[in-house]
Amino acid sequence: MDLRLPSKVLEHIFSFVDSNEDRNSVSLVCKSWFETERLTRKRVFVRNCYAVTPAAVARRFPGMRSLTLKGKPHFADYNLVPDGWGGYAWPWIEAMAEKSPSLEELRLKRMVVTDECLEKIAASFKDFKVLVLTSCEGFSTDGLAAIAVACRNLTELELRECIVEDLGGDWLSYFPETLTSLVSLDFSCLDSEVKLSDLERLVSRSPNLKSLKLNRAVSLDALGSLLRLAPQLVELGTGSFSDKLDQEAVSKLAQVFTELKELKSLSGLWDVLPEYIPLLYSVCPGLTSLNLSYATVQMPDLVELLSRCSNLQKLWVMDLIEDKGLEAVASSCKELRELRVFPSGADVDETNVAMTEQGLVSVSEACPNLESVLYFCAQFTNAALATIAKTRPNLKCFRLCVIEPFAPDHKTHQPLDEGFKAIVESCKDLQRLSVSGLLTDKAFEYIGTHGKKLRMLSIAFAGDSDLMLHHLLSGCESLNKLEIRDCPFGDTALLENAAKLETMRSLWMSSCGVSFGACKLMSEKMPKLNVEVIDEHTPETRPDSSAVEKIYIYRTLAGPRLDMPEFVWTIHKNPEIGVSHLAIE
Amino acid sequence: MENVGVCDEFVNLKATELRLGLPGTEDGGEAEKQKISCGRSNKRALPETEKDIESTGKTETASPPKAQIVGWPPVRSYRKNNIQTKKNESEGQGMYVKVSMDGAPYLRKIDLTVYKQYSELMKSLENMFKFSVGEYFEREGYKGSDFVPTYEDKDGDWMLVGDVPWEMFVSSCKRLRIMKGSEAKGLGCSV
Repeated sequence: MDLRLPSKVLEHIFSFVDSNEDRNSVSLVCKSWFETERLTRKRVFVRNCYAVTPAAVARRFPGMRSLTLKGKPHFADYNLVPDGWGGYAWPWIEAMAEKSPSLEELRLKRMVVTDECLEKIAASFKDFKVLVLTSCEGFSTDGLAAIAVACRNLTELELRECIVEDLGGDWLSYFPETLTSLVSLDFSCLDSEVKLSDLERLVSRSPNLKSLKLNRAVSLDALGSLLRLAPQLVELGTGSFSDKLDQEAVSKLAQVFTELKELKSLSGLWDVLPEYIPLLYSVCPGLTSLNLSYATVQMPDLVELLSRCSNLQKLWVMDLIEDKGLEAVASSCKELRELRVFPSGADVDETNVAMTEQGLVSVSEACPNLESVLYFCAQFTNAALATIAKTRPNLKCFRLCVIEPFAPDHKTHQPLDEGFKAIVESCKDLQRLSVSGLLTDKAFEYIGTHGKKLRMLSIAFAGDSDLMLHHLLSGCESLNKLEIRDCPFGDTALLENAAKLETMRSLWMSSCGVSFGACKLMSEKMPKLNVEVIDEHTPETRPDSSAVEKIYIYRTLAGPRLDMPEFVWTIHKNPEIGVSHLAIE
Repeated sequence: MENVGVCDEFVNLKATELRLGLPGTEDGGEAEKQKISCGRSNKRALPETEKDIESTGKTETASPPKAQIVGWPPVRSYRKNNIQTKKNESEGQGMYVKVSMDGAPYLRKIDLTVYKQYSELMKSLENMFKFSVGEYFEREGYKGSDFVPTYEDKDGDWMLVGDVPWEMFVSSCKRLRIMKGSEAKGLGCSV
């Protein structure tokens, strides 16, 4: 008796299954469910562009409308991945242009995107709507012009913290007069001035525009005229907030801000002068997201501003806020869910000393919904960590960066082992953790024992031996991404727990003690992993016992990469080490 | 489980030496290696000596101040560059400069970037020190007053305020001095 549901019925049911995690489970049930699911999946996420080939993805999901790709490992953000390592968008764009021409949305993170890529997108996808590039590089404003001129139905163009070769502000002028569909535009990372009249006309003919993030070159005066044309904005990133305006212009600008009734998110505020901060007071009560991390606002002005933001859920700020400012946040921003405090000084020596662990403790004690923290601080204490753990067991993401490496508890001079123990014991749903300060192997024993939901872990300058790695790999059941730098372990723990790596997306290790021999061994034994040795100072013949600079290991169905630069070694480059028995399709 | 043995293995094997710098950068490597030994030996040392090793560790940390650790603190380059820009603007050549006036008991500080031209600067200085600077002539300097505004430039020379274009002045001015009386007379004349 055939008990299978007809595919039409399955299709209808699956159309209600949104999350890809669920869809992945669905596709494992049986062949017909796999088939139906793959034909109906619209949004595809490939979180490591080298885990699978573009052709395989296009083949499996013919109905794909939206593709999200991530390229370089996270530590590339901190210059630990040399230029030329990889993460090229081109093979994906080329493949999709041929096999999935109905693609409408492309979201890329940490990838190399060239002007050629952008031109190909513009030429190939007739109904292209969304381009979001985060931490990408390799393209110029000419590529943007290509997108602007050709994508007739563009709704979103967002450049988030990209490194762009800026050839001038002309690209904006390429948006045709017929383009009226824009919902979101973010060019905050560009340097050059765009023509204000073109920008004004673009904004005027975009009734659906909800999000506008300007670059620094847009003056305060220009901002005023733009806001008058788009009072419906939900997200605003201002340009430079520092022109000298006369009294009349200031009050006009204040008026314009009061018209922004829908505004929920505010960012930019480059160079904001203290006397202009009151201009923002009228929008504060409506804000759920405020990014002041590029605005050098001092503590007293921050207090004035933040005490008016009673609905704030997300706050990004610099350590200029100091403990006092965070106390004000604690008392005023009861809805706070996410707090990020960045260092205002570029070096260890320049850390703002008026911000200590106490600031974070105040917020933890007072904000019941706080679940995500990124905190840069000169030093910390176990007691503070214990208080944070006790008051905020609902933390999902806790990233503490004690700026001075190996800094112990500054009151007791003990390692911060016990503090982090408290965190992982109490915060049972913790998914992301970054540790810092003086830590022994014990800290990692605690993390391995209690961090059962931990998916991503970042470690630097910590631990004493292989034990630390052993605890993590054998204990953290949900571990998906592990990145470690400058820790004193060798080969033992890695080789003993090699099988674990197939259950993880990736492992990054740099300036640790893993030997070349161990990398070769892992490569031989684990064909489903790519073991990349990244060493800019590759000696001609490398002895097996030598420690390698950087290792990036990730599971993959795609086999060896075809675009490896000279300084990346995988076993596939060494024909004498039994490449023949490795599956290469 | 004893891990002392494991540590010893590492200490002896030069090839697997833990370093914070790239291989080949011996100095940074050495300083950092010492730091790490101090950090590690914290655990194995006797309690009484912990504090000593600790303070040595701290000194090691402080000693190579500009031996930057790559990628630390973990702040995105994009963000670092934008912080740097701000710093350059604030510390750069001639934003806040000291102003002294002969005979005045203390100095003042002004932000040159809030002015767009010499006349604005002069007005502000006149207000600040309650004096009048006279009229500027290209060849004769300042006429009609005992006071002459001068500035020290990047080369350490004392120059008459007003001779060079405004932007050049702002970028080269290190401090201002309002000269008075006989000293000023010399500068007032054209060369």
